[in-house]
Amino acid sequence: MTQLVLFNVFNGLIVGAFYALMALGLSLILNLSGVINFAHGGFLALGGYLAYMMIPYVGFWGALVFAPFVTAILGLIVERVLIRRVYGRDPLYSLLLTFGLAFMFEDGTRYIWGAQSLPFQVPGWLMAPLSVDYFFLTGYRLFMVLMVAIAVAGLFAILTYTRLGMRIRAGTLDLETVSVLGVNVRILRNLNFGLGIYLAGLAGVLAVGQLGLQPTIGTSLIMPSFVAIIVGGLGSLPGTLLGGLLIGVASGVTTVFFPSATEAVMYIMMAAVLLVRPRGLLGEEGRF
Amino acid sequence: MTSDIRSALNRRSILKTAALAGVAQITSPFVITARAADEVKIGFDNPITGVYAALGKNELIGAQLALEQINGKGGILGRKAELLVEDSTSGDAGTAVQKARKLIDRDQVNFLVGNINSALAAAMAGVSYEKGVFHMVPGGHTDPVTGTNCHWNVFRICNTTQMEANAVAGSLIKNAGKKWYYLTPDYAFGHTLQAGLEKAAAKLGGTKLGGDLTPLGTTDFSSYLIKAQSANPDVIIFLQAGDDAVNALKQAVQFGLDKRFHLAGAQQELEVLIGLPPEARTGTWVFEWYWKQPNVPHVEQFVADVRKRSGGHVPTARTWFGFAAIHACALAAEQAKSLEAVKMAKAMQGFKLPPEVALMPDSPFFRESQNQLIPNLFVGNAQAKGSDPEDLFNVTEVAKGIDAAGTLEDTGCKMTWPA
Amino acid sequence: MRGDDLQKRAATAIVWLLLIGAPYWLPAIGGYTELGTRVVVLGLAAMSLNFLLGYTGVLSFGHAAYFGLGAYGAGMTLRYLVPSTGLSVIIGTLVGTIAAAIIGPMIIRLRGVYFAMVTIAFGQTFYFIAFRWNTVTGGDDGLIGWTRQPLNLGFATIDILKSSVAFYYFVLVLFAVAVGIMAWLLRSPFGRTLLAIRENERRARFLGIPVDQHIWISWVISCCFVSLAGALYALLNNFVDPRTLYWSQSGDFVIMAVLGGMRSFWGPLLGAAIFVVLQDYLSSQTQNWMSFVGLFFVLVVLFFPRGVLGIIRRRATA
Repeated sequence: MTQLVLFNVFNGLIVGAFYALMALGLSLILNLSGVINFAHGGFLALGGYLAYMMIPYVGFWGALVFAPFVTAILGLIVERVLIRRVYGRDPLYSLLLTFGLAFMFEDGTRYIWGAQSLPFQVPGWLMAPLSVDYFFLTGYRLFMVLMVAIAVAGLFAILTYTRLGMRIRAGTLDLETVSVLGVNVRILRNLNFGLGIYLAGLAGVLAVGQLGLQPTIGTSLIMPSFVAIIVGGLGSLPGTLLGGLLIGVASGVTTVFFPSATEAVMYIMMAAVLLVRPRGLLGEEGRF
Repeated sequence: MTSDIRSALNRRSILKTAALAGVAQITSPFVITARAADEVKIGFDNPITGVYAALGKNELIGAQLALEQINGKGGILGRKAELLVEDSTSGDAGTAVQKARKLIDRDQVNFLVGNINSALAAAMAGVSYEKGVFHMVPGGHTDPVTGTNCHWNVFRICNTTQMEANAVAGSLIKNAGKKWYYLTPDYAFGHTLQAGLEKAAAKLGGTKLGGDLTPLGTTDFSSYLIKAQSANPDVIIFLQAGDDAVNALKQAVQFGLDKRFHLAGAQQELEVLIGLPPEARTGTWVFEWYWKQPNVPHVEQFVADVRKRSGGHVPTARTWFGFAAIHACALAAEQAKSLEAVKMAKAMQGFKLPPEVALMPDSPFFRESQNQLIPNLFVGNAQAKGSDPEDLFNVTEVAKGIDAAGTLEDTGCKMTWPA
Repeated sequence: MRGDDLQKRAATAIVWLLLIGAPYWLPAIGGYTELGTRVVVLGLAAMSLNFLLGYTGVLSFGHAAYFGLGAYGAGMTLRYLVPSTGLSVIIGTLVGTIAAAIIGPMIIRLRGVYFAMVTIAFGQTFYFIAFRWNTVTGGDDGLIGWTRQPLNLGFATIDILKSSVAFYYFVLVLFAVAVGIMAWLLRSPFGRTLLAIRENERRARFLGIPVDQHIWISWVISCCFVSLAGALYALLNNFVDPRTLYWSQSGDFVIMAVLGGMRSFWGPLLGAAIFVVLQDYLSSQTQNWMSFVGLFFVLVVLFFPRGVLGIIRRRATA
């Protein structure tokens, strides 16, 4: 029994890391621009499909590098043409807008690549489990966690040490002042959106290693990501990471004791957090 | 100057005309909806979008092929047949019911066909029964549709879950062992399939070591797989369908569980195997129809016809469901010499599908007082590669449907006919 | 001022004329009666949501929970208790309202995104209960084996089961009652107070208005009517499944309200009409209807900054 619980804690961390990756992208965009991006799942799917298309030419590793990048470029364009227009308006319009985009993404991917789920192959040596006992620790899943760690470290490095990152953080706190200080807020938001979408694209490539690649692949992942953000605390990226890990572990452990509550548990957790500590575990007081 | 004005005028009038034409194009189909009254109409209310879209599109290809063949031979009762396609969505019962009403009330269809999603099939059956319309369910498996909740007007092509369980249980015990652990999707389809397998296995000395209910739409199966392996069974039984099955098998094989246990299950579909990486195409399963049947007449022709419409892909069981559903509608009308639902339903009692529609040995038939088609089932093993990129299943045994079907009493169907 | 008032009344009159005449003009232009019924039912849900969103300034993203409770309440009454349509509607509405009243005090202190998320949390919990409690709710396969029953008024029986037109008017009457109550409430001092809270909560609080209590009442009223809509939705389909409780259903209501215009009373109804008719019509025309519906949403955001009705009204007053 202990072993079973222990395994599920490990496993929950792996699953949670993945939620966190998607949630971080959402969180970045929400924090700086106040846009709830319901099209995030669509970008995730696109990242997966782009990787599928690229693999015959550049291999898995090439796809891992390029697919999120191309997705991010598309994100920049979408922000430039559409998302930009709802800044400063009631956040509900951004909801309507991204909801519409999500519809178009799902339909578009189905139109281009078909409804049939596509076989996606990662390098064989990544597939093997590391040991018979810890069979759920496959090379691929560890690799996924590693990628999440790198992405998160990279993201925090960007936010801490680069000019762009500092401006993003400052803008998250007080966009008006940042703008008055002469920073081009338009470009800042544009790049920030692109960064968020890059993470979605990366999550997409990693997801298709273990999920079926089909147009609705992103839709079932979006709600857990929101939950991760809220549990961790709006406005706090470390919080988002923590939130993702927590709901992953909670779901895993619940499977052992009370399997029928496996998914409900994350929502119960979110309700409990909101009722006891509305700003979330690591969120700051008085924001949002 | 003048030329400027003229060109401006021209541009404006051109824009206006274009706009008008656009508006006319958008509004006209809505206004002119009267579809020719002398055509026989078949309403096809099935998923085109969402998680069942792949299955739905394959059923549609089969249906369209059947329609073309029917019209090529003079239509239904000498009248041209027409297929009205509506997207039921994959999970929204409200939309599926709405579309069924639209087809029946507004378009006055003679037949209603659908749905892949068992829940939507049951919801649609409620409408068709209320309105007394001949209804053909191509591919929603849950038992009540032709069991406890059966209706005189609702027929079904695909198997019941009990039939699939009975067909595969023997092979599983023989190939893989007697101790089973179940991973079952948590809705009626999964429940009845597991209950069926437990019943069938108990007769043959199989035991259940444990099981978990996985919610529909689960993306991560690892915590269930951890539990399953710790029970140390001979076989891990996967009863998931569609994308859930893809995710579950993909992950089980990544964990190397295929090397330690036999991964198997009951119903399997070509759409799932195509979506899996080659190493995950493994295990003993039952197919409801398979495209490689070397000695069965008409099958080769069917495969060739479907390839022409699907961009070179072979037909799956879904394609055959759609194909057989439309043909069965036409045959009902021809058999009854009428388009009255009651007469057609009566004419279909015990009706045997002709070989060019059946596309399998032993003439499948609609069982009397249940309206369930009793076809053969194809038991075999998934394979990474075959003679064709889409030959991913090796049929080892064709199980006779009637042996797998159980008795009529077992199904719980009690039908009342309109006076 | 007077002209404006007149215009408003004329608009209201037109809306009612269109609604009352729907079973007659709708088929003439290629629609069908149930399409109208669906618009009215979902319109009621969206208008109820907007009572909270547009007039109190509180966004709920979990209204589907009460919509679904109303639906299950009605369906299970007919399935397990008594074959009475009237009673099923009453019980359905009560179930949703009581649940909302109990949950209300826990959540009314929250605002903005937090309120939206906590309503999702409760909604999803209800969803998973309905989804996994197979023996009672039928789980994913839905609750079957029941239908709405003819309406027995004592002196006459109206067959709302077989006649879709009769059922339409049954729904419309309940819609009228619900909408009438909401309009009356909004004109009352209570409604004015809600507006004050929406415009500036802090000021309202300083004026001594018990803000939380007002929000709680507004929440319960809103959930009461959305439960009524849910009960009617169950009767319309003769079927309930867990999807009616899912967060995406809540999302649809929000979309309808925003699409039509959340600052106007009839906006959400128009939004529901557009949402339902557009999908119904486009999905018969093309397999790629989702792209067109999505594009439509995008265009509305870009060119109708206050929802569809927002622009019409601005034109009218200009």
